[in-house]
Amino acid sequence: MIPPAWSVSISPHLKSTESVEKIMWTVVACLIPSLILSVFVFGFRALIIAAISTASCVAVEAATQKLLKRPVTVRDGSAVITGLLLAFCIPPGVPLWMPIPGAIMAIYVAKHLLGGIGFNIFNPALIGRAFLVATFPVAMTSAWLAPIHDAAVFGSLGGIDAVSTATPLYVLKHYGMNAVIERFGAPSTLYWDFFVGWRPGCIGETSALLLTLGGLYLMLRRYISWHIPMATVLSVGFFSWVFGGEKLFTGDPVLAVLSGGVILGAFFMATDYVTSPNGNAAKLVFGAGVGALTVLIRLKGGYPEGVCYAILLMNPLSPALEGWFKPKRFAPPKGATT
Amino acid sequence: MSKSSPTFSKGGIHPRESKELTEHLPIEAMPPPEEVDILLLQHFGSPCRVLVDKKATVIEGETIGVVDAGLGASVHSSVSGTVKSIGASPHPVRVEAPSVTIRRDPQAEPRVFAPSEWEHLSPEELLGKIRNAGLVGLGGAGFPTHLKLSPPPGTRLDKLILNAAECEPYLNCDNRTMIEFPHEILTGARIILRILGIKECHIGVENNKQEAIWVLSRAAAENTAPDCKISVNPLMVKYPQGSEKQLIQTITGRRVPYPGLPFDVGVMVINVGTAKTIHDAVVLEKPLYERVVTISGRAIARPANLMVRIGTRLSDIVTFLGGTRDNLARIVVGGPMMGFSIPTTDLPVMKTTSGVLFLSDDEIDSRPHGPCIRCGKCVEVCSMGLSPNEVGIYVEAGRARDTAQFGVFECFECGACAFVCPAKRPLVQFTRLAKAKAGK
Repeated sequence: MIPPAWSVSISPHLKSTESVEKIMWTVVACLIPSLILSVFVFGFRALIIAAISTASCVAVEAATQKLLKRPVTVRDGSAVITGLLLAFCIPPGVPLWMPIPGAIMAIYVAKHLLGGIGFNIFNPALIGRAFLVATFPVAMTSAWLAPIHDAAVFGSLGGIDAVSTATPLYVLKHYGMNAVIERFGAPSTLYWDFFVGWRPGCIGETSALLLTLGGLYLMLRRYISWHIPMATVLSVGFFSWVFGGEKLFTGDPVLAVLSGGVILGAFFMATDYVTSPNGNAAKLVFGAGVGALTVLIRLKGGYPEGVCYAILLMNPLSPALEGWFKPKRFAPPKGATT
Repeated sequence: MSKSSPTFSKGGIHPRESKELTEHLPIEAMPPPEEVDILLLQHFGSPCRVLVDKKATVIEGETIGVVDAGLGASVHSSVSGTVKSIGASPHPVRVEAPSVTIRRDPQAEPRVFAPSEWEHLSPEELLGKIRNAGLVGLGGAGFPTHLKLSPPPGTRLDKLILNAAECEPYLNCDNRTMIEFPHEILTGARIILRILGIKECHIGVENNKQEAIWVLSRAAAENTAPDCKISVNPLMVKYPQGSEKQLIQTITGRRVPYPGLPFDVGVMVINVGTAKTIHDAVVLEKPLYERVVTISGRAIARPANLMVRIGTRLSDIVTFLGGTRDNLARIVVGGPMMGFSIPTTDLPVMKTTSGVLFLSDDEIDSRPHGPCIRCGKCVEVCSMGLSPNEVGIYVEAGRARDTAQFGVFECFECGACAFVCPAKRPLVQFTRLAKAKAGK
């Protein structure tokens, strides 16, 4: 007689080895190289801000879940991602406490008050950033640091002794392409510097190279698909080329894609599971929309950069996009509405 | 090879196959146990009326239950002996079902069945033999075979498909049957073709069963009669290839629309193991009272492919195979993707029992489930193009009755969605609940 020491459950009895934790911590790992590079570009400030941001997001999540009497799930890594992404879209020269109100807004309001993981409508990190831009507009739009070009990083611990500067997008918006070249170098060197990450910008957004590598790894693991990043990048490039120059079809699509938060947003923010649609067609439209809105805000809006608001504007359209592009059923009844 | 083989058009998964535990083990006849519990309800439909009384003497293969009305198939004693009691036994789905317990007479001689000619018999006579033998589909649901082979008048069929995909991990009962009984299977196929009055038969086999493909192809080349065309179709390994609709689409390109049946598109699908029992029923006039069962999993001392008498208790099988290991975490009747987990080993083997799996704690995943993170993996792998994520969210929100819009009734519960779900959500359970409430 076997003692009844086994469990009974519903099929299937096999499950894949994937888990929410595994996905989230993999995303964190894919963000780490960009974080490390930011230390070399902007100094240890970048790392300190990222640490404060991440710690506050985790703390706010734990406190919120305790307060709402829900299970505490900080180990799943999703608050860590929000913390890193929030830091990644903050200028490196802001006061060190700056991420804390952003974290409260991101995790408490945008994530948990809107239903918690799986139900939030907007990308929490971007809500955190949008809140900070609205509340502390000066710091959030001017605390840029010039990239450090030598090993001076080790002498600049913590203090704002680096040079304040303007972002390429700001220069482009207000002074034009010639001023960008004057300030950041001719396209031959400028593209390379921007691609690798040596340019002013938010903490984690500067290196298209490392962010793309991280994004490609997520694709390799099939955690994200190519549709949203590809559509976003192509859309930003296309609309910048058409409308970004002094005349039609004279804009610089490469500069447009390599500046601001396009690559970060395309791979790591617009692809957020909860706030982006499922289905390949819906994803392509979503990405194209993010790109188009980004360019519209950059060219016609009050801010030089538009990725954050473009994604936030597309987020609530996700359910509608899923509704418009439902998966094709294998063999539905005749006359079924699919 | 595996890349070029055809498969169904959308979705599908690749779970760990674990076929290697039993794929090279020849079918081994388990000695009949001292007692068998023959369930009078082997599958959906009506229970059988008992033909024997307590203390009656029965012989191996004797009919002990018949169905008077409605769906069903007769049941036979799987041993020679005396009726000990007429009561109830555990059933994997219905918890309990009426049964006849027979105590084996150790002195009884095993029954031998001599082959006879079948080619001169009419379709009606062939069907009669199949009905008398109590055949049901061995693949899963256990639909009575004589009814399946009698489609409504006016049905136009042109293709028979023998389902030998055996896409469930672990299981090798069909695989071993193909390797060891290829001629019986081909004769069974010819009998079905004769009954249906058609000429074309495809045997769909996933190409992880190279030996079976080779053996069957060679036998088909030797065995093909001039009036029929039997071919072996290797298929890509992808779960759920053995699903009827997916198999038909892979081999014929035709899609069976919900709520239709395969004969709506001119196809009859029969499990390959059933074809072998059709041979036995017609050529040997041997009733269905034993079958091949894969006993596998990493928590059984000795995995095996056993020829088991119907009614054998699982506890007797466990004893015969040397017991279970300490890491036993779940016992599943059927395959690991669609089978039923059971609370007791007092359960008897039924006509539809393809496997019994003794799964260890590192083979199953019993982590608690979390909220849906809308990653969309379940939508990607659904071979029916459904949205299991939405169904789950609706059910959790108390809106199960509004789920017909997601096509829940087209779901055949293959479990691919729950397999891939990183939040470990019980999507099959949600879908069953949705089906129970939707549209009511």
